[in-house]
Amino acid sequence: MAAETPELKRTGAERESMQALYAQLLVGLINGSFYALLSLGLAVIFGMLNIINFAHGALYMMGAFVAYFLLNIWGINYWWALLLSPIVVGIFGMILERTMLKFLTGLDHLYGLLLTFGLALIIQGVFQNFFGSSGLPYSIPDQLRGGMNLGFMFLPVYRGWVVVFSLVVCLATWFLIERTRLGAYLRAATENPTLVRAFGINVPRMITLTYGLGVGLAALAGVLSAPINQVRPLMGADLIIVVFAVVVIGGMGSIMGSIITGFALGVIEGLTKYFYPEASNTVVFVLMVLVLLVKPTGLTGRAA
Amino acid sequence: MTALTDDTLPMTPRAMRDEMIMFGIMAVLLAVVPFTGIYPFFVMQGLCFALVACAFNLLIGYGGLLSFGHAMFLGTAGYCAAHALKVWNLPPELGIVVGTAAACVLGIITGYVSIRRQGIYFSMITLALSQLLYFIYLQAPFTHGEDGIQGIPQGRLFGIFDLSRPTTLYYMVLIGFLAAFLLIYRTINSPFGEVLKSIRENEQRAISLGYKTDHYKWLAFVLSGTLAGFAGALKVFVAQNASLTDVHWSMSGEIVLMTLVGGLGTVFGPVVGAFVIVAMQQYLASFGQWVTVIQGVIFVACVLLFRRGIVGEVAHFFKRSL
Repeated sequence: MAAETPELKRTGAERESMQALYAQLLVGLINGSFYALLSLGLAVIFGMLNIINFAHGALYMMGAFVAYFLLNIWGINYWWALLLSPIVVGIFGMILERTMLKFLTGLDHLYGLLLTFGLALIIQGVFQNFFGSSGLPYSIPDQLRGGMNLGFMFLPVYRGWVVVFSLVVCLATWFLIERTRLGAYLRAATENPTLVRAFGINVPRMITLTYGLGVGLAALAGVLSAPINQVRPLMGADLIIVVFAVVVIGGMGSIMGSIITGFALGVIEGLTKYFYPEASNTVVFVLMVLVLLVKPTGLTGRAA
Repeated sequence: MTALTDDTLPMTPRAMRDEMIMFGIMAVLLAVVPFTGIYPFFVMQGLCFALVACAFNLLIGYGGLLSFGHAMFLGTAGYCAAHALKVWNLPPELGIVVGTAAACVLGIITGYVSIRRQGIYFSMITLALSQLLYFIYLQAPFTHGEDGIQGIPQGRLFGIFDLSRPTTLYYMVLIGFLAAFLLIYRTINSPFGEVLKSIRENEQRAISLGYKTDHYKWLAFVLSGTLAGFAGALKVFVAQNASLTDVHWSMSGEIVLMTLVGGLGTVFGPVVGAFVIVAMQQYLASFGQWVTVIQGVIFVACVLLFRRGIVGEVAHFFKRSL
């Protein structure tokens, strides 16, 4: 590396402190990826089903556990888990939608919240019974081990992969919904399901698939986080509350809004960890309060 | 917004009479508990949770606002009362006042923030605010983090009544509960309560009739939080500790569950629901995490099959208002 550039002529202590800052920024970007993937799923589901999916955190956890089972029972590796886990959890979600959530159509929003909260308790309770509360290790796949020296910081390859891959998935979802024919049907059905049905489109099936898609995104985030955060039954329980705050800040009206807010809040959280670690748990909630005081409708959302 | 209680009956003299009779029966039944050999600690715990659930029900059942963060009032009042009793050595009555006042202040602040959004957002905001407080209490020195405040002295109420005697303590909790219950009952049936119900049914129309609905919702939120805090302060004397459990989101979930089981928007539902859930936890304690699973199943069953709750179903069957 060009060691003669003025940036690198600083003292060792300064450089170390900058290293710590970059490391926290990276952690922030990773958390931001999870916030983005989860809030994106929540927004898509809310658009079609008018339900805030409280079970989202539990299904994220299930995604990580499915990856763990695939590896430790059948010896199926990470790359297949990345594909299979969202499909398995997505199908599980679609069964939930067909057998329960479907019956909430036309009822007050809050019943959806209560039902999915109950589902979250059931899923998390069952996993806690069998696996306790401690974490199970999930190793980083061989291809993504090690790190790169970027000159200003050391980047573990897996962490870089999580950020890039999440970003690609988020943008692909945005493209699917905003730029394809299927997405157009979806957006139309969000606005006026009856009219879309009159055009001969099977809206109930689309609702089920949407729930499967949203849940699949949560499971994908779960697989991505398994090698970083270990696999724990309660890994999604606290996360989902932060994601709710993210959703309140960003609003659920816009897909791109969810993605940007998710990443931005992750980065802000990472910076807080560096500059004022005591507030790193609370900074997202404090920001939510500030946004509500200044702009009650949220940054991108329409008034609800 | 579709109505929560699709069969709310108008407040007729007959309904009022029914409810007062029920209140009398409840008061008498609870008053004779110390003479029956039922474990008073269990009933006191039930009464504290019943009061929190009633306060919560004031918001959801009559204002249509689902707060998913009511544990913050329970926990805040508990911590403040415990601190006042143990560190400041205040007498019991002042400890209760400090705890309740803290919950009231918290209600004013959090209410101002959370009523800015409606419906589902309101629930998410209250949940996030209570999580914010959870992390604050986790780190604040005066709460003693994971240990909580323990060994709280019960003292003598007004310098006369020795609260370390279970029977005396029981009657203090009972009187506190009944007084707060009557206050909630009066609120529901006051002109204020009628405006609240109209906001639940159709907020736009209430606004068009000239009501400042935000003020009504804020006031209801503060009242609900204060009463939940009052219950939290009473609970300190029963449990003799204040811990993080009372501020955790799972506690907020339990408060919602109690009200849902008993019947959203019914007068006596939260009381019945609270005793059902507290009893369930007592008897199923040995099953470990399965209690969580069972609670989840009850949530699902209530939402899909018994949306009126226990008291709501009974009232519907007899076509009475309870």
